[in-house]
Amino acid sequence: MARISARFHVTWPGFTLDLDLDLPGRGVTAIFGQSGSGKTTLLRCIAGLERAKRGFLSFNGEVWQDEQTFLPTHKRPLGYVFQEASLFPHLTVMGNLRYGLTRSKEERRVSLDQAIELLGIGALLERKPERLSGGERQRVGIARALAVSPRILLMDEPLAALDLARKQEILPYLERLRDELEIPVLYVTHSPDEVGRLANYLVALEAGAVVAQGPLAETLARIDLPIRLGEERGVVLEGVVAERDEKWHLERVEFPGGFLWMRDRGIPLGQHVRVRVPSGGISLSRLPQQDSSILNTLAGIVEEIGDDDHPAHSLVRVRIGESMLLARITKRSVAALDLRPGLPVWAQIKSVAVAQ
Amino acid sequence: MLLNSDDIQAVLLTVRLAALVTAILLVVGTPIAWWLARTRSRLKGPIGAVVALPLVLPPSVLGFYLLLAMGPYGPVGHLTRALGIGALPFTFWGLVLASVFYSLPFMVQPLQNAFEGVGDRPLEVAATLRASRMDTFFTVVLPMALPGYLTASILTFAHTVGEFGVVLMIGGNIPGVTRVASVQIYDHVEALEYGQAHRLAAVMLVFSFMVLLALYAWRPNARKG
Repeated sequence: MARISARFHVTWPGFTLDLDLDLPGRGVTAIFGQSGSGKTTLLRCIAGLERAKRGFLSFNGEVWQDEQTFLPTHKRPLGYVFQEASLFPHLTVMGNLRYGLTRSKEERRVSLDQAIELLGIGALLERKPERLSGGERQRVGIARALAVSPRILLMDEPLAALDLARKQEILPYLERLRDELEIPVLYVTHSPDEVGRLANYLVALEAGAVVAQGPLAETLARIDLPIRLGEERGVVLEGVVAERDEKWHLERVEFPGGFLWMRDRGIPLGQHVRVRVPSGGISLSRLPQQDSSILNTLAGIVEEIGDDDHPAHSLVRVRIGESMLLARITKRSVAALDLRPGLPVWAQIKSVAVAQ
Repeated sequence: MLLNSDDIQAVLLTVRLAALVTAILLVVGTPIAWWLARTRSRLKGPIGAVVALPLVLPPSVLGFYLLLAMGPYGPVGHLTRALGIGALPFTFWGLVLASVFYSLPFMVQPLQNAFEGVGDRPLEVAATLRASRMDTFFTVVLPMALPGYLTASILTFAHTVGEFGVVLMIGGNIPGVTRVASVQIYDHVEALEYGQAHRLAAVMLVFSFMVLLALYAWRPNARKG
């Protein structure tokens, strides 16, 4: 399997980046962290836009940087999407797309037509960048990076400069890109929503160091890692919309190990969705609850119990078939229910959110 | 006839000189301006100051040093004699060389501003789109800096047309060789030929005004682009 090995040591006044990463060469890897965590610097080092004094980088066994080698950016088979679209102002949309296309002679993994179609920019080709909206500009920027047929796509907070409506406009295109192309993506972001929606693999950075990395669902369900997407901890379940209940306006999402009912958001049957289940919205009981208003009750097994930030709280990881939930309950309840690893429990899920 | 044949000869010589100097400075000024715009070297300050010197130096001072350098015992003079070109002072090419120095800041500074205005990002984008540095310069920087190039060329041309002190120091006053329009006017005045001085001066005045008008009228358009 394709892999990216990266070791970088960068020191600036007041900032040190010290990383040793082994990343999967497929799917979307989110590089997640607050500003100043070094995530953009990492991406720039991988692209060769920044040169780490001490570093090693190989892509599928091909060395891009070591003690002797430093492959310049224009010789690396990558595509790069900047936070601002940074289109060339003197060229039309088509001119921007063709710029990289004519300079990349390797095999065509992505055709120009495919890039145009994927990002839905067919109607914009003759326009100058100044006549595009922010969202359109960024879609052109992404298509331009794809048009060089990159073997890896690097995206540096591609949605951060856009407002909420523009983000919602672009996210479906990014999902298509993830699902339809075989190109691995490194996606730098500080947005939990984007991680929840797009990532297959997660690398969390803090102050220039890796605090957690691994497949998304697995990593979010780990108690020993302080990873939270947004306000509180929680997991992401990947499932398919399997049934619609017209009468009660509900939809049923099947995931490996069970299903959840949620309010009907009009998502078509058969579509893949990602559902975020926050830890605070889960309660546990030893017996199935009768007479409860809670719609979703799942049978599972306690795997691990650990401390949460507040001394009153415990985090309990519950396995539901092949999936994992993380429940935050009080330590008093842990004691009262006598919870311990291996015990069968019922998880009542109060709230779920579709990742978007 | 507005101008007599001597005047016309002087005007044509002036235009030829200015066009040549502009062409040479486009080639010479570009790398200097690029270096000044991009470098983090400590030499940026001193080199920038040297380039700007002709802005503040009296033309006679510049002309004096250039005369010494180009003279038979100066470094440039040694070189030109070794190459079999002979001495440069009081020749058209001597005038060209002197004008290149004299007009250097008028080419370099607008170009430097234009290059700085392009910024780092387009260069990085071009690199991620497989363009080498040279390729990037010609396909991204140059088109983006085009307004700066037009400004720099117009200013350089106009400034060379208007030079007087350096011409007198280096070129003297040889008809058809070094007698440019500004010197010709001086001659007319010296000879009390006020009518001819008037006509030639008027031509210069109109020319200068047209150049500046073109520059100012055109610039807002450039920004829209």
